[in-house]
Amino acid sequence: MTVIGQTPVELLLGCTAVLFGLSMLSITVGRRLATPLVYGGCLLVCLAGLAIALGHLLGATGGDSTAILPLGLPWVGARFRLDALASVFLVVVNLGAAAASLYAIGYGRHEPEPRRVLPFYPAFLAAMNLVILADDAFSFLVAWEVMSLSSWALVMAHHREADNRRAGYIYLVMASFGALCLLLAFGLLAGPGGGYSFDAMRAQASPPVLSALVLSLVVLGAGSKAGLVPLHVWLPLAHPAAPSHVSALMSGVMTKVAVYAFVRIVFDLLGPPSPWWSLLILTLGGVTTVLGILYALMQTDLKRMLAYSTVENVGIIFIGLGLGLAFKAQHMSWAAALAVTAALFHVFNHSLFKSLLFFGAGAVQGATGERDMERLGGLIGRMPQTALAFLVGCVAISALPPLNGFASEWLAFQAILLSPQLQAPALKIMVPAVGALLALAAALTAAAFVRTYGIAFLGRPRSATAETARETDRWSLAAMFLLATLCLLAGVLPGLVIDALAPAVGGLVGAHMPNQMAQPWLSIVPVAQSRSSYNGLLVLVFITASASLAAFAIHRLASRAVRRAPAWDGGYPEMSPATQYTAGSFAQPIRRVFASIVFRARDEVTMPPPGDLAPARFRLELHDPVWETLYAPIAGAVGYVADRLNHLQFLTIRVYLSLVFLALVGLLLVLAVWI
Amino acid sequence: MDLIGLLAIQGAQMLLVLLLAPLLTGFVRKVKARLLRRRGPPLLQPYRDLLRLTRKEVVLADNASWLFRVAPYLIFAATWVAAALVPTFATGLMFSWSADLIAIIALLGSARFFLALAGMDVGTSFGGIGSSREVMIASLAEPAMIMIVFSLALLAGSTQLSTVAAYMLSSNVGVRVTLALALVALIMVAIAENARIPIDNPATHLELTMIHEAMVLEYSGRHLAVLELAAALKLLLYVSLIACVFVPLGLAPVGAGAAAHLVGLLVYLAKLAVAGFLLALFETAVAKMRVFRVPDFLGAALMLGLLGTLLLFVSRGGLR
Amino acid sequence: MTGLSFDVAHLLAGGLVLASFMLLYQDRLSALVNMFALHAVVLSLSVAWQALIQHAPHLYVTAAIALVFKAMIIPTALHRIIKRLGIHREIENVVGVGPTMLAGIGLVALAMVVMLRVAPGGDRLAGEDLAFALSVVLLGLLIMVTRRNAVSLVIGFMSLENGLVLAATGAKGMPLVVEISVAFSVLIAFIVIGVFLFRIRERFDTVDVSALDRFREARK
Repeated sequence: MTVIGQTPVELLLGCTAVLFGLSMLSITVGRRLATPLVYGGCLLVCLAGLAIALGHLLGATGGDSTAILPLGLPWVGARFRLDALASVFLVVVNLGAAAASLYAIGYGRHEPEPRRVLPFYPAFLAAMNLVILADDAFSFLVAWEVMSLSSWALVMAHHREADNRRAGYIYLVMASFGALCLLLAFGLLAGPGGGYSFDAMRAQASPPVLSALVLSLVVLGAGSKAGLVPLHVWLPLAHPAAPSHVSALMSGVMTKVAVYAFVRIVFDLLGPPSPWWSLLILTLGGVTTVLGILYALMQTDLKRMLAYSTVENVGIIFIGLGLGLAFKAQHMSWAAALAVTAALFHVFNHSLFKSLLFFGAGAVQGATGERDMERLGGLIGRMPQTALAFLVGCVAISALPPLNGFASEWLAFQAILLSPQLQAPALKIMVPAVGALLALAAALTAAAFVRTYGIAFLGRPRSATAETARETDRWSLAAMFLLATLCLLAGVLPGLVIDALAPAVGGLVGAHMPNQMAQPWLSIVPVAQSRSSYNGLLVLVFITASASLAAFAIHRLASRAVRRAPAWDGGYPEMSPATQYTAGSFAQPIRRVFASIVFRARDEVTMPPPGDLAPARFRLELHDPVWETLYAPIAGAVGYVADRLNHLQFLTIRVYLSLVFLALVGLLLVLAVWI
Repeated sequence: MDLIGLLAIQGAQMLLVLLLAPLLTGFVRKVKARLLRRRGPPLLQPYRDLLRLTRKEVVLADNASWLFRVAPYLIFAATWVAAALVPTFATGLMFSWSADLIAIIALLGSARFFLALAGMDVGTSFGGIGSSREVMIASLAEPAMIMIVFSLALLAGSTQLSTVAAYMLSSNVGVRVTLALALVALIMVAIAENARIPIDNPATHLELTMIHEAMVLEYSGRHLAVLELAAALKLLLYVSLIACVFVPLGLAPVGAGAAAHLVGLLVYLAKLAVAGFLLALFETAVAKMRVFRVPDFLGAALMLGLLGTLLLFVSRGGLR
Repeated sequence: MTGLSFDVAHLLAGGLVLASFMLLYQDRLSALVNMFALHAVVLSLSVAWQALIQHAPHLYVTAAIALVFKAMIIPTALHRIIKRLGIHREIENVVGVGPTMLAGIGLVALAMVVMLRVAPGGDRLAGEDLAFALSVVLLGLLIMVTRRNAVSLVIGFMSLENGLVLAATGAKGMPLVVEISVAFSVLIAFIVIGVFLFRIRERFDTVDVSALDRFREARK
């Protein structure tokens, strides 16, 4: 497919150039015109990018396509390459970006200060595209940094709120830390010869110690961007702080770019894995899934809850990747293919439903001005279409058939069931435990989203703004329903997605799953028909058919009379909406079971004595284990050192000069001893 | 012929579970009453209740949404589809490959998801209490169930229920520790999932102890009938599941003749009767536990399931 | 050994692990004692089965000892002690049930890995039986660690001993003398602990062993 004589990678680079152009343009154009222009432009460019990437993935263009621009390091140049893996992630990025742009055409009109969003938005999109296209360390890191900085600027868009400033600060610190780790990892991969192009890295075999070091650095670098526990602390602060379409992009798409970085380096550049790698990744993944969703269950802020659920889903993805590494280390490439397919499928799925849910949260915020679930309620009557789309997202993310979340988790479970054949004893203990954690997380996810949907959309309104909410605009609805439809399609036709992922998986582990669309009745069969199969389409058909059959039969043969009356509520209906269950009380049983250990949660109820008219008080105490055990000491130490070094500010010029002089002499001494 | 035969078995199975489910519920109630030296309602009472409920008008709360009206049918459909895929009297179900055991569990999860949402729709405190406790129970019962499925799947080399049943029917199963662990855990999960004593009391309307009944408190008329039928189906499903995996005697294999199917049907009825009797006996013998003992109970089920899976992983490296 | 006889032996050994978990799960004293009786019954079944398949009649004696002493006499005595002390409703856990069970699973996994590593080339199945026995021992220790009540400590100790007997019967050619001496040593230990119990009770008006710690601190 060479349109106007260009290769796909050149076309994609052209797209990013147009995005950067839009970024510039947004500053010059008038305020009213800028919003539709930028978002409309982004929509079109991303659709073009999506088409090119999809075309490449589905084989319209054979082979990898590369380009070298005379930028960056003089002896490397800026190299770009579009291979199957890159095109998978480009599809994810551009699909999410297109949906977000569509949504923002409507949503962006409510933006109080568009000048703080518009210039950075296209740059953010372009940078994510460039990270995936990059084929040498230098351009990768530059694009990565542009992505971090532009998203930081977007987080700081509403910088007048103190929480957002704090979120931005922590994000900046963590992003710098992550980039530093990646920089060091690439440095080690390139070796003393300075082979910064990915081709050179692939060709070079690293000794085991070095590989281990690179792996740890990549886990720190990519993991901090993706939100692996305990590196996740910035994520639930920063993602909700941005405008909702940007939150959707950060949660649904940018975390996937981080996953891409991990996959690219560990599976592609780093050479053959050793078994303990997977142990590390599986542990991190398992802990991340369960802790992430437990955190989510404790939140009352709608968007923050969604951000924590992103942490959980990243954990699921890393579980799949860890299994893939384990199988790959043991040369069971067909099993590795299953595990990696599950991970990549979940990457795609999560980008769909998480964007959808953030769009829904944004619509709710736009309509009510509230993000706190405790002040919402009853929105299903006031915003019926948003409520429907949000419901689809909730069902999909809770891994319930026949939607897409189930399909990928089902594949992950199938991969776990293959793993008794792994040899390493530690893995034999680890994998069933991870399976249990995955199942636990799946059940807790369902609980978390019943809670979110039940509190925010069902019940009676808990505040005046929730009572007068109005349905959101058409653009936003279109974006949400687009994603909801895709969730349904990917759920009932998972074979399509799995087949599309096949070339990328094949490139990573040397094998791919059997062709699924060739299976009868469009079911998916990971290994063999007698072993396991699942057919989302049939399940959907069966459920729809039996539900309509039951409804039809009862309406036809028995009664269809309906009478409206006040709620029954056991005979004592209470008028005040404050008597409903709240987000906090809904989570109380789960808090008591799980969080009393993990978060040291303590409920405290103070009841006034009989006859006293004082209100009863309820206090809840939660401790964040990660923050208190890991970050607080570090922050304390940094503060302490800064205090000590503070004295250096008040020295005389002569002392400063002597410090510089001593440092110089010291360095020279080191050199002299070393050589 | 083959296709028609399979289709006939599948259709018979769907009708059979639908027709037998209220009978099982009625039977358990009857046995319980007799054990307490009461006369008890007639066996067919659940059918009469269902019929009467469907004929009555629905009284909807003023602020009930469309979700509240759709949910009963969705819950019923998901449960029915799941129940139709568990072999009862014959293993050769036509559509058994469309959803394996994990998918069946997840289908029941979907039903629960909508039931919990429906409980919260009207915005009453009872609905909230029911939903909130239900998801807490599910958060332990579901992983326990998945662990049981893992044990079975690793033994049989398949998550397809028909393959598992066929494997259990074959002679090379032997007596396995894992199977014992899985059976105990499965019974515990089944009790919890079906809201039986000691987890929940299907007969109670005492506010602070009910879970399932609290969620459906606002339902009336045909909606309530559909929900009751779904609950009965779920009980039948779990009994069939235990029977088909652990007591697969009499299951008609694929391609067997009509006589084998008839025998299978009779054996199945006998199994249901035994299971119903045991359930009633158990429910009469134990007391309901406090809500916050339930996590310990289900946690134990989860641990047993995990232990069973772990044993399979660690031992006998050459599993299928 | 044929497949089925081995399977049954394996199942019974696994049943003993399961019974240990049930001990771990119980937090009421009388239920705990009943569960211990069950534990002993499973043990004696397991030993009897070994006697049958190994054609070792002396093992029947061991089984009988286990059945009579551990499943009948000791539980009855414990019930009486509990009744006389008036603590049959007491619930005392240092750690909650959930974490304890989790720790138990971890110990079983540990036992498995250790045993299979020690004998990788040899008989996998014998290794597994040994692993079960080791798990029972470890779980017994865990019960002793997580309980505060002296009666629970006794039960933990005796379930630990059951694990030792299981290991001994699994290994062929264990002389009867050793078993009898083990059984009697346990009986003596039981008597000693029983006396000890009443002594604690007299001195401190509780059987909570942490009272001893308090006493120690007071004297310091």
